[in-house]
Amino acid sequence: MEPAEILSHTGGGAISLAWLMIVLPLAGAAILLIGGRATNKWGHLLGVLMSVGAFVVAALVFLQLIGLDPAQRRQSVNLYEFIPGVANIGLLIDPLSISFCLLITFVGSLIHIYSIGYMSHDPDRRRFFAYLNLFVAAMLLLVLADNYVALFIGWEGVGLASYLLIGFWQYKPSAAVAAKKAFVVNRVGDFGLLIAMFLIFAQFGTLSYAEVFPNAAQASQGVQTAIGLLLLLGACGKSAQLPLQSWLLDAMEGPTPVSALIHAATMVTAGVYLVVRSGAAFFPEGSTAGLVVTIVGVATLLAGAIIGTAKDDIKKGLAGSTMSQIGYMMLAAGIGPAGYAFAIGHLITHGFFKADLFLGAGSVMHAMNDEVDMRRYGGLRKLLPITFVTFFIGYLAIIGFPLLSGYFTKDGIIETVIHHNAILGWLAVVGAGITGFYMTRMVVMTFFGPKRWDEKAHPHESPAVMTWPLIVLSIFSVGLGAYLILSNRLMVFLGPAVGLPAELPGFHPISVPGLATLALVAVGAGIAIAKYGRAEVPVVAPRGSFLTVFARRDLYGDALNEALFMRPGQWLTRLAVFFDNRGIDGVVNGLAAGVGGSSGRLRKIQTGYVRSYALSIFVGAAVLAGAWFVVGTL
Amino acid sequence: MITAPTIEYFALAPLLIIFGAAIIGVLVEAFAPRYLRRAVHVPLTLLSLVGAFALVILQTIRGVPTTPAAMGSVAVDGPTLFIWGAILVLSFVSVLLINDEEQFVPSAAAVPGSAEEEKAITEGAAHTEVYPLALFAIGGMLLFPASNDLLIMFVALEVMSLPLYLLCGLARRRRLLSQEASVKYFLLGAFSSAFFLYGTALLYGFAGTVDLAGIREALATAGGTETLLLVGTAMLGVGLLFKIGAAPFQAWKPDVYQGAPTPITALMASGTLVAAFGAVLRVFWVALGNDSWNWQPIMWGVAALTMVVGSILAITQTDIKRMLAYSSIAHAGFLLVGVMAVGEAAQNALALSGLLFYLVTYGITTVGAFAVVTMVRDPGGEAWHLSRWAGLGKRSPKLAGVFAFFLLAFAGIPLTSGFFGKYAVFRSAVALGQGWLTGLVVLAVVASAAAAFFYVRVIVLMFFSDPSADGPTVVTPSWATSTVVGFSAFATVALGVFPQPVLDLAEKAAKSLFVQ
Repeated sequence: MEPAEILSHTGGGAISLAWLMIVLPLAGAAILLIGGRATNKWGHLLGVLMSVGAFVVAALVFLQLIGLDPAQRRQSVNLYEFIPGVANIGLLIDPLSISFCLLITFVGSLIHIYSIGYMSHDPDRRRFFAYLNLFVAAMLLLVLADNYVALFIGWEGVGLASYLLIGFWQYKPSAAVAAKKAFVVNRVGDFGLLIAMFLIFAQFGTLSYAEVFPNAAQASQGVQTAIGLLLLLGACGKSAQLPLQSWLLDAMEGPTPVSALIHAATMVTAGVYLVVRSGAAFFPEGSTAGLVVTIVGVATLLAGAIIGTAKDDIKKGLAGSTMSQIGYMMLAAGIGPAGYAFAIGHLITHGFFKADLFLGAGSVMHAMNDEVDMRRYGGLRKLLPITFVTFFIGYLAIIGFPLLSGYFTKDGIIETVIHHNAILGWLAVVGAGITGFYMTRMVVMTFFGPKRWDEKAHPHESPAVMTWPLIVLSIFSVGLGAYLILSNRLMVFLGPAVGLPAELPGFHPISVPGLATLALVAVGAGIAIAKYGRAEVPVVAPRGSFLTVFARRDLYGDALNEALFMRPGQWLTRLAVFFDNRGIDGVVNGLAAGVGGSSGRLRKIQTGYVRSYALSIFVGAAVLAGAWFVVGTL
Repeated sequence: MITAPTIEYFALAPLLIIFGAAIIGVLVEAFAPRYLRRAVHVPLTLLSLVGAFALVILQTIRGVPTTPAAMGSVAVDGPTLFIWGAILVLSFVSVLLINDEEQFVPSAAAVPGSAEEEKAITEGAAHTEVYPLALFAIGGMLLFPASNDLLIMFVALEVMSLPLYLLCGLARRRRLLSQEASVKYFLLGAFSSAFFLYGTALLYGFAGTVDLAGIREALATAGGTETLLLVGTAMLGVGLLFKIGAAPFQAWKPDVYQGAPTPITALMASGTLVAAFGAVLRVFWVALGNDSWNWQPIMWGVAALTMVVGSILAITQTDIKRMLAYSSIAHAGFLLVGVMAVGEAAQNALALSGLLFYLVTYGITTVGAFAVVTMVRDPGGEAWHLSRWAGLGKRSPKLAGVFAFFLLAFAGIPLTSGFFGKYAVFRSAVALGQGWLTGLVVLAVVASAAAAFFYVRVIVLMFFSDPSADGPTVVTPSWATSTVVGFSAFATVALGVFPQPVLDLAEKAAKSLFVQ
């Protein structure tokens, strides 16, 4: 089934108030930033309120949407004309965008609440909440936009907010560098998105979804593929896919709730959203662009998993796992309508269990005086019981333990992919096995075994304002996957927005890929237990084999970037500066000097004497009259 | 028997309110005790502006009249109402700035530096005449673009200008500069008025009437090559172009803008410019609309020269007020591009709505920029020299940030109102589809780029230079000044992000075009 037509919304109801979703957190950010210190006392509460308010609006819109006939479930709400004739600011309410809105506002609100506790000792807590609100607003604009211009504004807003949040502790040089890195790497992707937008505008004369998508097939194959690949470049930047993955691991420098919000539940999903949103138009089933998406997805999911195996920093381990899980989503999204529901389904369940894991890691760090090295943890399960149980549920969900969330969505992806492309599918199975290894390693090193922390640390359970979000997230990590995937609930719901495959898949609990995945996960977990549970874990990391170092150094991604881009780039700039000074600057400076010089000469006319001004008026009048005469009598 | 003229009082009510309030203001000056005057003047002036604005809105709602009022001499139509609304809003914020006592001389008649001046200062004397004077000037501004006949237009020109000549000379600091500005403005203004009057006389000789519609009719029957018409139009043009500060009649602008008290500069740079452009449109579109192929080439040269002179000369300015004056000249050049984009009715509506939007956005941003200038002070008065603004971003980041934002709006950066103003005007010029005008748009864009240089230079100076130890102080603004800055900044943002309501309003006003 093709996606439904985009109708313009006419009735009233919650849908016509959907803009409140964006405006509420935006207003929160504005009040907190402009209000300054005066809002210190209640700033964090306002931030939470605005985020929760956005969730309430999203829920109301969702309720109105499911009350409509499926063919009516794509409605665009025009807000106003931004650049007359080129871009309107409008919102597209459809099952895809509302799914994202619910995820962003719900998980976002939980993270807001958690941050009240986590940031309670930080003098700049108000500013932190302002940025969180700004981030939520930008992300909502990104997913709600009904055209590429508004999407791009949200896209850049997300980039800005993530820059501000990653570098929130900007007095730490590492945080400032990480923020800058995230910004620069994202910029590469943004250029891809921008050029794709230019191509779309040149081809279709508009950037609105309602006009571009139905006509996409009219463009030539080459143009369609080019647009698809450029969109993918944009998606790779935001979603930390190869080759633009390098920023994500460093971005863990931000406060942990930021990692949970940006690097698990929302920002990194923007790329997946872009691919799925443009999917029917620019990544149709069996297209070259779609194939490239799947290859990028598989490569990233393996790379992320391998990086995750060697990290001793708990947050960096989770960051590698995020890369890897987003790779799964990309892989599914590249397949076409058969994969969209699983991509989005995994995105939603991942949003919950990854937020759960990140916030759990934050709770551990909170208990351990911000220590992040897992080699200095150990035996924390008795001291942090709530954190342990919730983290453990998140762990079971991410490795795909039967009947938990991740099991349904990840298994769905693997089954669908194997059906389309056996090689990619089996690589994804291998990735699941590695996931089993590194996640088990993380749990064992943190919560089991003897304690390895020094005497000064006094681990304690976090306050209720931090544990309650964990509990809520872990409940969803248990049940959400089954709800979304069984009887194809999510697929049918998303159908009007992204299209449906020719036949709906059934759920097969006992299948070769499914059993193989479970077996590999069990093997991975077993190796981890044998290596880190039975044997002693040294407090200082051993040098490790070649492979370990390879993974520890992020597969030499930074070294590669440095050798391939940074050094040649530096040479290029030096060369450019050389030629610029000799050649171009000569011309430009000459021009500027010419302008400045004529300015200086012209300035002398401005003598300050009324008589010379009057003379210039008189001469001007004479010239004008003469000119009029000449023109008039010609 | 002579029949009394019919007067449409409702249509003219905004004018009557302003002039009535001005006359009451004079009576207050004459009869109220000194300590009471300011307390009466400020609410009187502000309320009359609000009342006039409310009446403008009421008239817009009740439908725009289709025939000129007062025996055909005053045209209250869609564009007039929009321009009135704009002038009243801009005047209101300018009057809020005038409300700053620090700006005006205690006794204008005392020789600068004399014992009398000392005495006046210690006595706490004040020229509360500035309020009725400003009201008279505002009344003139309202009448100027609404006049449907050249004699009324001349009267309006004088009513608008005479109080401004006086107000220019009333600065409290740097009094010699202020008085010089006043005299210069007066002499050159009188000179240009003579051109205007002479042009009127010649056009009367050509058409046998001073009525704009009459001149249009006469043009329809005549060939358009008569000497009286050609020279008359040129002379009239000189008078009008002088008021908007187009080259080569721009020389007064930097000197006067610099010398005048800054709140008066704000009033002139916003209200007077809007009024003068309204009058230019009325003369050239209504009276000379059928003759456009004759004046367009000359206007082309004037516009090109104006933007080039404005942009280039601004580069070497070292004084913030003079720089803003040259920026105003350059903007007048950009606006003239829209004046030339005249053609079919739909094209005219497009051009007119663009111009109206540009005028409003530019006016608001200008008032905001001058309001910021009033706040940065040295011991001897406002700190005008650009070197004094170095490092301001480090001392008071909020103020410098707002000012930087205004400068970006002048440069026409997207997401500021200035972008959409330029976009609307240039779009209408390109829509005409004439190569010569599109070429001028290209020149205008290049000039904008050159102009962006000196705006950004100030931003760089404020944020990337180190502040000097004895730098200027930023005064704590009064409620009025902060309202003005806040309003201008808000409007500049709002019209840059959300321009549609005002664009719609301008389009609606432009639909009815000028009555003839």
